[in-house]
Amino acid sequence: MSQIPADLKYAKSHEWTRLLPDGTVEIGITDHAQAALGDLVFVDVPEVGRTLAAGEGCAVVESVKAASDVYAPIAGTVVASNTALGSAPELVNQDCYGQGWMLRLRPESPTALDALLDAGSYGAQLAASGG
Amino acid sequence: MNQTLEKSIFEYSRPGRVAAAQLPPPVGGRAAAEGIGTAVPEALRRRKAPLLPEVSELDAVRHFTRLSQLNFSIDTNFYPLGSCTMKYNPKACNQYAMLPEFLARHPRAPESQGQGFLECMFELQEMLKEVTGMSAVSLSPMAGAHGEFAGVAMIRAYHRARGDLARNEIIVPEAAHGTNPATATMCGCIVKEIPVDAEGDVDLAALQRAVGPNTAGIMLTNPSTLGVFERKIGEVARIVHGAGGLLYYDGANLNAILGKVRPGDMGFDVIHMNLHKTFSTPHGGGGPGAGAVGVAARLEPFLPVPLVARGEGGYRWLAEAERPQSIGRLSAFMGNAGVLLRAYIYMRMLGREGMSRVGEFATLNANYLQARLRAAGYELAYPTRRASHEFIVTMKKQARELDVTAMDIAKRLLDHGFHAPTTYFPLLVPECLLIEPTETESKETLDAFVEAMTAILDEAQSNAAKLKGAPYTMPVRRLDDVRAAKQLELTWKPPQAATMAG
Amino acid sequence: MPFIPHTEDDIRSMLATIGAPSIEALFDEIPPALRAKGLDGIPPGLSEMEIGRLMSERARRDGRPLSFLGAGAYEHHIPSAVWAITTRGEFYSAYTPYQAEASQGTLQVIHEYQTMMASLTGMEVSNASLYDGGSAVAEAALMAVRAHRRSKSLRIVIPTTVNPDYRRVALSTAGNQGLRFESVPYVRDSGCIDHAALGAYAGEDIAALVIQQPNFFGQLEDVDALTDWAHAQGMLVVAVVNPTSLAVLKPPGEWGTKGADICVGEGQPLGVPLSSGGPYFGFMATRMELVRSMPGRIVGRTVDLEGRAGYTLTLQAREQHIRRGKATSNICTNQGLLMTAATIYMTLLGPTGLAQVAEASMARTAQLVAALTRLPGVQAAFTGPRFHEAVLRLDRPAGGVLRALEVQGVLGGVDLSADFPELGPALLVCATETKTDADIERYAGALGQALQASRAA
Repeated sequence: MSQIPADLKYAKSHEWTRLLPDGTVEIGITDHAQAALGDLVFVDVPEVGRTLAAGEGCAVVESVKAASDVYAPIAGTVVASNTALGSAPELVNQDCYGQGWMLRLRPESPTALDALLDAGSYGAQLAASGG
Repeated sequence: MNQTLEKSIFEYSRPGRVAAAQLPPPVGGRAAAEGIGTAVPEALRRRKAPLLPEVSELDAVRHFTRLSQLNFSIDTNFYPLGSCTMKYNPKACNQYAMLPEFLARHPRAPESQGQGFLECMFELQEMLKEVTGMSAVSLSPMAGAHGEFAGVAMIRAYHRARGDLARNEIIVPEAAHGTNPATATMCGCIVKEIPVDAEGDVDLAALQRAVGPNTAGIMLTNPSTLGVFERKIGEVARIVHGAGGLLYYDGANLNAILGKVRPGDMGFDVIHMNLHKTFSTPHGGGGPGAGAVGVAARLEPFLPVPLVARGEGGYRWLAEAERPQSIGRLSAFMGNAGVLLRAYIYMRMLGREGMSRVGEFATLNANYLQARLRAAGYELAYPTRRASHEFIVTMKKQARELDVTAMDIAKRLLDHGFHAPTTYFPLLVPECLLIEPTETESKETLDAFVEAMTAILDEAQSNAAKLKGAPYTMPVRRLDDVRAAKQLELTWKPPQAATMAG
Repeated sequence: MPFIPHTEDDIRSMLATIGAPSIEALFDEIPPALRAKGLDGIPPGLSEMEIGRLMSERARRDGRPLSFLGAGAYEHHIPSAVWAITTRGEFYSAYTPYQAEASQGTLQVIHEYQTMMASLTGMEVSNASLYDGGSAVAEAALMAVRAHRRSKSLRIVIPTTVNPDYRRVALSTAGNQGLRFESVPYVRDSGCIDHAALGAYAGEDIAALVIQQPNFFGQLEDVDALTDWAHAQGMLVVAVVNPTSLAVLKPPGEWGTKGADICVGEGQPLGVPLSSGGPYFGFMATRMELVRSMPGRIVGRTVDLEGRAGYTLTLQAREQHIRRGKATSNICTNQGLLMTAATIYMTLLGPTGLAQVAEASMARTAQLVAALTRLPGVQAAFTGPRFHEAVLRLDRPAGGVLRALEVQGVLGGVDLSADFPELGPALLVCATETKTDADIERYAGALGQALQASRAA
């Protein structure tokens, strides 16, 4: 059973978001996603300053068997990206909600997160798909 | 099999050692008398010699011979590798394609200095037309994926030439080989995947919903990647043609129907053939292949150049000037000519009767193996269907109950001296093994394979842990793929000590 | 039945196991209307003896003329051991090394090849080969567009000194994805890229500049200045090189201050026979930073369960069978067998031998140019340093001269009039280490006669 912290919001495509005190939003992939991918060997994070539309591919995670795009759950501008993942992609496997964060966005709209799933709904989605 | 791992060629290297017989004679004589030498300006000169081995000829011969002995190959092992058609590569095909005059012929030599070669190429085009039922063939694509690219590019060019610019969607069944969507993308198309039904046929209702004014075409393999003949091909053709799209035939599985059914008669407009599968040219440890393409009449102007034509003065090339609507040139010259010669020799040796036997005996072998493995307790993915030249067994039950996966079976087969079947393809069938015996294997070989598979299934029950550690008898055990991808060691580096000493 | 081992007994017992009355019955799922009617256009089969005779006759008809052709494919001596080992069944009839444990031989050869190619080109990493030189240039253009992080441009500058067939292949391969290739002319007396014309692209959003060295005419470009200029404009640099020349010429990794970014070329000179144009192989090398944008197979060294060193395909997530529609390329096969031959060739020649081949080829070409330009009506088209090819200008159409030479058993060069009409009648000639004093004298004699005959006529 995968972990789904209650204080985060989720996208259907298995990204999590965390609203930080300064109004920016931290983004990563969920425990379910990292487990499905297996040991990550490479993570490509976006450059700071890039503007992203909601649903746009913003990072790539690669395991031995698969490479997947990570999609921006909301629109915004990249204010930070986790360059530590370049040399230590395993952080995503080990601590996907903490040290394995991928990028921080300044959201285009302050209410953008409202449209995302809460932990209960995301958990229900996983249960429905057999995950 | 040689169990000793061979050290790197660079570890044999000793400064100053040379294979002296291979050095060119010094340029003396007139050139020296006239003071002709080499004059590379200082700024353009190489300063440090490249890291190439410095070894004797015998060192080199032993090293690479030993390396060859670490490989499985068709010449040494049965290779039931689904979708890859690992049939015997006749020695005659290699020997006669490597006659000195063929090897020495420069690609820019005039046509008059290549009539023998061009005649072979022309006849190969003609035979491929006949066996596929298409109206014209180009030999220039250098691999299956390259032929696919040519095929989809021709579909685009056809619609564009008609001013039908909206058609940029390629429909691909979800069971398709990964190259299909990759190719469509390379051609600037958008991929639409459609499902197949429980018996492995295309879901016609989904197809009907998918087609429309943007449909460029559909890419199909028949028999499909599920190892069964697509029975609704007639309806598929009617729906796609009716919507203004074209049908693309991926020739990966042509071996199954060689001489029995022709893609042109099934309604396909474009096809590529993998000559390294169906026509027995070698796989070479990953190439070269050859991916000739065939087309129906309306697509003929778009074929990639060059083509070989027969005229009054003999055989000649048709290039850009004669073929203004061509999708262009895919190779600097004419593609993998030497591979094409091998396919030509193979086809001439088989002849008319031999060609139909290929499809017949490939199908016989597959159905026999399917029946025996089923009796041995393996679960078939499509139990109600005939096998084509290949079939799928699924290990999903064993994976669930015993934690034994298709990968484990594959690795254990190596210990029994058999190459693994194709695993985890098609992606649609969980824990699958795609098994293709080909027509060139004897009943005894197939029986021995069944025995090995039976033993492995027993072992899955009795000693799954042992099975999961396989292989044991290969030069190496299972390799750490994660480490390979994270700590990239893509070139040989001198050992630390040597660097410090040097 | 050629290549089919079944006896009548086998067939009977196999059908009984299947539960089918006949082989024909195994095709009962195929709609009868689709069944082939017979293959009348295919001739009856031939025995090995018969096909051997037929092929030998056809080969003999093609003969072995004395050739001074180059233009992308070069005649070099190939050590006997190269193909004796390459055609061993264990290499020749092996599949792509997906089952690493059963393919350590092929995988280690690839790893050794990658090491040699990376060093030869002065780059950090090499892939396991691509189809040929032309398609490698096309793949390099696509890779440059992918790898360029800042540029959104799909524009590539490809000067006319790049092999015209490579330019055609690049366009037919990458044009469908919207790439645009813009050309830059050459200077009339040096045959090298016109730096002033290139200057017009300063400050524009261009993904890459392609530089061929030696260029299509055999002339040596000022690669340091070109590379530094392109980098200053924010372009990537794609080097297209002849591998033999790299034994003596500065490798792309050392061009300018930062080195080229992607290096590709035709691998045929490294032990691959001319064979009417293929199979050859393309090579591609790059900086480590760009390795995930590189197409084609790559082998890495790793360890097995017991900690022993071994080799495996790596970075496979870039490839078509996993990435499907998002793969870096649709390429599956590399040219494994040719790459094997090249690895054995480079091993047998070593750094000394390869440099001697390069130097002998340069010397023979210089000798050829000296001998031919002594004839009235023949002059070198360009000044400046060159490798092992040269453009000669004639005083009458090249086609007729070449035909007259052919009658005398000499293939005198490549007629450039179709691709470079501005040159006037011109030939691209090449002499490698395979040519002797006598060969060069024979060509000069034949050309002298051909020119005299047509002057008299």
